Amino acid sequence: MNKTRAFIFAGSLGLTISSTLMAADDYITLASTTSTENSGLFDAIIPAFSKETGIDVRVVAVGTGQAFEIGRRGDADSLLVHDTAGEEQFVADGYATERQNVMYNDFVIVGPSNDPAGIRDSETVTDAMQRIAESESPFASRGDDSGTNRAELRLWEDADITPQGEWYRELGSGMGPTLNTAAGMDAYTFTDRATWVAFDNPQDLTLLFEGDEALFNQYGSLLLSAERHPHLKHDLAAQWHEWLVSDEGQQAIADYEVDGQQLFFPNAE
Amino acid sequence: MLTSDNAFSTALTLILGMDSALISIVALSLQVSLMAVVIASLIALPLGAALALWRFPGRNVMIVALNALMGLPPVVAGLCVYLLLSRAGPLGEWGLLFTPTAMVIAQVILVMPIIAALTRQQVEALHGEYAEQLNSLGLTRLRMIPTLLWDARFGLLTVILAGFGRASAEVGAVMIVGGNIDGVTRVMTTSIVLETSKGNLPMALGLGIILLALVTMINAIAHIIGETAKRRLG
Repeated sequence: MNKTRAFIFAGSLGLTISSTLMAADDYITLASTTSTENSGLFDAIIPAFSKETGIDVRVVAVGTGQAFEIGRRGDADSLLVHDTAGEEQFVADGYATERQNVMYNDFVIVGPSNDPAGIRDSETVTDAMQRIAESESPFASRGDDSGTNRAELRLWEDADITPQGEWYRELGSGMGPTLNTAAGMDAYTFTDRATWVAFDNPQDLTLLFEGDEALFNQYGSLLLSAERHPHLKHDLAAQWHEWLVSDEGQQAIADYEVDGQQLFFPNAE
Repeated sequence: MLTSDNAFSTALTLILGMDSALISIVALSLQVSLMAVVIASLIALPLGAALALWRFPGRNVMIVALNALMGLPPVVAGLCVYLLLSRAGPLGEWGLLFTPTAMVIAQVILVMPIIAALTRQQVEALHGEYAEQLNSLGLTRLRMIPTLLWDARFGLLTVILAGFGRASAEVGAVMIVGGNIDGVTRVMTTSIVLETSKGNLPMALGLGIILLALVTMINAIAHIIGETAKRRLG
């Protein structure tokens, strides 16, 4: 009796789970970055795409490094990431057939409001980073091979600095957790503007440096190779890829605002 | 400002609002964890009992391995299941990655050792007590398994609850194999991680309070069932 009940119970659980799975067959899996997910962009643009095409987009939000790995293994149908050099390499390696510029925003440096390194009046981002390194002010780095982390490391390189020492803290975390930690230890950190604007726990952190051209943050869409991974939903993924750079998609991106501030700027050619 | 007040009121607002997104997250959390515990129990209860009754070479190794696996980090279990189910992995053809089924598989791996190891210990103690009696009835070891499991049922209920606690509390495994996809594989724990990363701490803590309340409720139900059954049996 008890066993029968247990089996009925297990069976009904199984049914519920499989019915959840079968609910939408027309979907693609998109590997993207935490910055786009955390800022709420997808909640704003995916419904518009789904309404037009009937295709649902399931977003797995990870760092750009991990997104590339998911793409290489064939576990996602499409990629939307922000590391142009890495993306071009990805295409050159034959994992993707096409890369398109979709949108951009910029990186900013945030830090404790008393600004111990005095970067507020820096002329360039190189200058700002040199001041942080020279004053050995605590700096929280993502340290997770994400697009933001890669951009940060390139800027240290441009400034001729090898960031190391007790002041430079590699956290190995996503953007949100890194901001939480930076807020907790009054450290400077390097973040994309979208995550920063949508972030709710800044405590004493404030935006200290912005506006240098070197802080440009380009997002690109990758269409994965049908040859390498024939099981992927290429037709559906191609529709998504095309929609992102279409007038409708670009408009939807431009329309997304948090607190009256536009977070992503469409720039498809 | 973050105050516990704030988190409680957030939790209350969420519950009273019967937010449909929240309901589907709660439902999926329960489905995945309960399913994992049911499957793990079906494997682990007989396995634990068998380990208690049979003596064979390698038995001690198995017992130590099961005990050690009780401390398996969820993120390692998740990574193994990810590599197994990934398209580039041996079971990639099944296309199970980033589905609730993958989450159930990962949690079964986490829960199974706990239930098996603790079952072995309970059944071994019980067998020590009743060995003579059972032998005089001429029962084979195979026939002893259901008898001993049934006799140990109240203790085993706690064992299964320990397994459920592990399943419902972990986030490392379901995050990797589920992908925290909105409306598909997002559960309570991964939502809490997401809200924390957005800096929305009252919401994160509010969800934590709801999760804790749910787990308390399930434990209370199990406790009441156990007590009632005990009383009936006198």
